[in-house]
Amino acid sequence: MRDLKRGFRNLIGALALGAASLGAVAPTPARAAGEAIVLPDAGFGFAGFFGTFDRGSAQRGLQVYNEVCAACHGLYHLSYRNLVEIGLSEDQARAIAAGVEVRDGPNDMGEMFDRPARLSDRFRRPFANELAARAANNGAYPPDLSVIAKARPNGANYLHALLTGYVDPPAGFTVAEGMHYNAYYPGHQIAMPPILNPDQVTYADGTAATVDQMARDVATFLAWAAEPETEQRRAMGVKMILFLIVLGGLTYAVKRKVWADVKH
Amino acid sequence: MAIGLHDSTIQNPVIRWVDQRLPVFTMMQKEYGTFPTPRNFNYFWNFGALAMVTLMIMIATGIFLAMNYTPHTAYAFDSVERIMRDVNYGWLIRYVHMNGASMFFIVVFVHIWRGMYYGSYKAPRELLWILGVVIFLLMMATAFMGYVLPWGQMSFWGATVITNLFSAFPIVGESIVTWLWGGFSVDNPTLNRFFSLHYLLPFVIAGVVFLHVAALHITGSNNPLGIDPKGPQDTLPFHPYYTAKDSVGLIVYFIVFAFLVFFMPNYLGHPDNYIPANPLVTPAHIVPEWYFLPFYAILRAVPDKLGGVLLMFGSIAVLFILPWLDTSPVRSMRFRPIAKWALFLWLIAFFVLMWAGGKPAEEPYVTVSRIATAYYFGYFLVILPLLGRLERPLSLPESIAMPVLRGGGPVMAGAAAKPMEKA
Repeated sequence: MRDLKRGFRNLIGALALGAASLGAVAPTPARAAGEAIVLPDAGFGFAGFFGTFDRGSAQRGLQVYNEVCAACHGLYHLSYRNLVEIGLSEDQARAIAAGVEVRDGPNDMGEMFDRPARLSDRFRRPFANELAARAANNGAYPPDLSVIAKARPNGANYLHALLTGYVDPPAGFTVAEGMHYNAYYPGHQIAMPPILNPDQVTYADGTAATVDQMARDVATFLAWAAEPETEQRRAMGVKMILFLIVLGGLTYAVKRKVWADVKH
Repeated sequence: MAIGLHDSTIQNPVIRWVDQRLPVFTMMQKEYGTFPTPRNFNYFWNFGALAMVTLMIMIATGIFLAMNYTPHTAYAFDSVERIMRDVNYGWLIRYVHMNGASMFFIVVFVHIWRGMYYGSYKAPRELLWILGVVIFLLMMATAFMGYVLPWGQMSFWGATVITNLFSAFPIVGESIVTWLWGGFSVDNPTLNRFFSLHYLLPFVIAGVVFLHVAALHITGSNNPLGIDPKGPQDTLPFHPYYTAKDSVGLIVYFIVFAFLVFFMPNYLGHPDNYIPANPLVTPAHIVPEWYFLPFYAILRAVPDKLGGVLLMFGSIAVLFILPWLDTSPVRSMRFRPIAKWALFLWLIAFFVLMWAGGKPAEEPYVTVSRIATAYYFGYFLVILPLLGRLERPLSLPESIAMPVLRGGGPVMAGAAAKPMEKA
């Protein structure tokens, strides 16, 4: 038993060093400039280690994206076929794709042409290029949203906070021409106007379309869009770690057996 | 060595036929089978094997990533996202590779620190140690160029900042930077050459690892007591004893690795690297990967650019001469009551630098970095050379087996092991 304890103490000593180097970098994401903006925790169900995406919320978020965000923001890394992963049937996904005109070609005549999107198409980009996007948006460039949830610290909570964070500026704060005050945007001046208004969309499932609800749904949808592999990854992780724990136990038993005749 | 067929002892006729002509089986048996290894290794001695396994994982995953990656500024970011979404288990391969880099550095940091604590760098293992520092340098270059490949904001700006360091050198500085970039800014030629070198260097590392292991097998391993084995009673054959012990460490390591990959794959990365590179928008804070932070903090601790660059390179270069800076003949810190604490303080300074390196370059972080930097170098350049003369080490055991087997007769292993637990 003492031998076992000592073995573990060494092992834990070695692990502690590794853990310490992980711990030392723990504050890495919290490098906000100037004042620290504290994001409220929206309590997303997918946030925990074993969390999954709420399919209803993700589908409502898709609707918000399609009806509101898609006018300016792309979702280029997603294809319409990916939508079956949030619980849409193939026909539903096909119908959503068919409602969008995408550019294809050149055809036999050497000309580009528009056609309804297919499942295999990427989400349509709202602008031909960055300059066109800036020209249409008062000089601002609406970023592509494919990976936005992992391109911002605490991404899903940030998106929810940002979309619900349009408040009156504090006294003495001057908002520049064409900009809008947002409590959670770094620097507080954002080019995007407060785009979500109550009942902006009409949810098919009867959910009340409050600003908070729409923000929550679209944040869920975008969190899925950024890491569509999340659920598969976590499920595989559980299996992998359980397997390794069993294998580790067996390996340790073998080690004990091998070393049984050695005084050390 | 005599010319002619090798006198193989292997029974199997086919393997024997090969072994007579190319005695790799005899060599494996000698170097990894019966190789006499000190009997008193603790789990810190797992980390060399862990580093070797990690190198193999990195090369294997890297080869598959390269099959799907496009080294062009217009496509690199998108091709990485395509790997994450459309390549079968691409997300797994990429997250293993991405977090594998972090795991590699954790393992190598522990491995280096093990060498510092138990005096593994001292005679006769100086060259073994130097080869290790070469591997460490190559790893840093490889990791840096690998981080550029996804072509996110931190990729681009990290590459810009780090390559620009060379402009600090007088006269030739600007020319070196242009030469590194293959142009007048970090652009497509830079990305292309970084990809090429990122693929090449791991194989260079593998070559130096071979030399590192070859040198190890000339001198034999150090051990927690830091004294040489004096006979067969002090050693055990590598197999099965240390293959079994390394396997235990390997599984524990895999559990930590798997936890990172499957449950927090982006924890050690920077969110800005999921923003496509944009030469016109500078991020608020440009920070390197976490494993470079201690060295980044040293760079920023110096108010002068050239001085900072020299000190940063010096923080690695000093490791090359460590075997000659430490004047004490006693290897293991277990028997060096003062040096032991000096080294623990050095470890704290290292973590403080890592922490300060991730903060903006402003007070109080700059002052903290300066104090920690002073201690980082002070340990090597002042404390170690002096302590070798001033410190009175504890008395060393006569042999490795002695503390275990003393008294003869059927002594319980636990009771007899007491003296070794002093540390």
